[in-house]
Amino acid sequence: MSLRKPNRLPGAAPILRASAVEKTFESDSGSFRALSGINLDIEKGEFVCLLGASGCGKSTLLRLIAGFETATRGALSLYGQPIAAPGPERGIVFQDYALFPWLTVYENIAFGPRHRGLGSSEVKRIADKFTEMVGLTAFARHYPNQLSGGMKQRVAIARVLANDTDLLLMDEPFGALDALTREKLQEELLDIWKQTNLTVIFVTHSVEEAVVLADRVVVMTAGPGRIDSDMQIDLPRPRDVSSEAFNTVRRTITQKLSSNVSPTRPAAAVAAE
Amino acid sequence: MTNSADTQGLVTPGISSPGLVPRNAAFLKRLRKIGLALIAPVFMIALWSFLVHWTGTRLIPPPTDVVIMMWDFAFGGIYDDAFSASLPIHLWVSLQRVYGGFLLAVITAVPLGILIGRYTLLREMLDPMLSLLRPVPVTAWLPLSMIFFGLGPRSAIFLVFLGAFYPILLNTVFGVKSVDPKLFEAASMLGCRGSQVFRSVVLPAAIPSIFNGLRLGQGFAWILIVVGEMTGVPEGLGAVIMDGRTLSRTDLVITGMVMIGLTGYLTDRLIVLLNNRLLRWSPQHHVS
Repeated sequence: MSLRKPNRLPGAAPILRASAVEKTFESDSGSFRALSGINLDIEKGEFVCLLGASGCGKSTLLRLIAGFETATRGALSLYGQPIAAPGPERGIVFQDYALFPWLTVYENIAFGPRHRGLGSSEVKRIADKFTEMVGLTAFARHYPNQLSGGMKQRVAIARVLANDTDLLLMDEPFGALDALTREKLQEELLDIWKQTNLTVIFVTHSVEEAVVLADRVVVMTAGPGRIDSDMQIDLPRPRDVSSEAFNTVRRTITQKLSSNVSPTRPAAAVAAE
Repeated sequence: MTNSADTQGLVTPGISSPGLVPRNAAFLKRLRKIGLALIAPVFMIALWSFLVHWTGTRLIPPPTDVVIMMWDFAFGGIYDDAFSASLPIHLWVSLQRVYGGFLLAVITAVPLGILIGRYTLLREMLDPMLSLLRPVPVTAWLPLSMIFFGLGPRSAIFLVFLGAFYPILLNTVFGVKSVDPKLFEAASMLGCRGSQVFRSVVLPAAIPSIFNGLRLGQGFAWILIVVGEMTGVPEGLGAVIMDGRTLSRTDLVITGMVMIGLTGYLTDRLIVLLNNRLLRWSPQHHVS
């Protein structure tokens, strides 16, 4: 069995810590509790997938970490410092890319370094390096609307990497892509993760995607959003989606997930997915 | 790294297409476009000529008389009266007033629009007043403007300013309010903050809307120059039309109208040119 509780090196400080985090959204129609009692420690270099059905608060948790929202209760800290606002050390990649449409591929990637006030030759060196890393050198002068979805997402990834991000936050980044492109980008993301010293928090609702990518899968459930289980995935990389071991893990996680979504559903139907 | 499946999905509008179309096909297409655009005006001029001759009216000159008047107005040598060869001076003062008022409107309405679009507090403070003032026709300001600025060019500039102000302001506000909130998040996550956000995100994102406003505003500016130049100024295309009316010289009136139409069209093309240059990134915002 390749599933077990996460085991930590004693004394290793987490890069990110969420303790007793609660988030309530107030609106005219009342208040909505999106997250409750979230405790989560993430170690440097980990690849963590937040997995759950829509409405389980996984994107809200990511937005809290990014600093776009503030927690109603509890605390979020990065390297021991409370998270108060968005910052370049936490780069986020959105599902719908959010590239600046008036900037070229190159200029989008140079956006962060330029706004950090680096000299122009330094900006150029960094932007060239990351444009090449995601294989878009030939498209450096293209505008986003001239690119396919997969290429846009590569630009979005390069844009945050160029900014010396050490925590990469990804909000269902490959959800809008076709299956072939998605697979390709998953591979590339893993390559980049191995090359760099990144910590990745990756939100997805696809069990397969989580098992392909993650060291650790955090399963979340809705009403209000909380953490259901936290599992280490020890499958060797690169992972073979058709292998028996892979499918055993996938089945276990799918069952965990589905028992929360619809407890009455027979396990056989779930496994057939 | 770029696999074939991904590259095939690449769309490059406006980048590879010119090479695919043979040159004479493009030329024929252009010729066809010009031809189609000429049908309606030619028909209108023919109808005008026919109706003038058929009714035998003396109030409206035939098109040929207007052409002669236009020539005399531009170059002189035919009637040799007060209006001969006076086009440059009238055009020049009208352009000065139109652009005086228009630029004044741009430098006030664009920044104000950006602030109103970005700050709710300012919007809540100013929106009701602006909405109340907006339905008041600019021409209704004429008496007040004559009191404020007297009889003369400053009154005309004020009216042009008022006319151009609202379309520019409203379109700027709209453009700023409709910036994708994700772009602000992306910018803040990349370390862009404070006043940098205006220059790096708000302004470029609102440019398509702002240009809509500029084109509308400039259109209104040319409409209002005629009204503005009714306020007793001796020169300007609007003043020429008023003089023509007083002297019952309809050929002069129509000449003035044609000149305003042509100048308005050409100055609009200038904005379109700038628009297409600044909006290279967005083919759907290109104006042909």
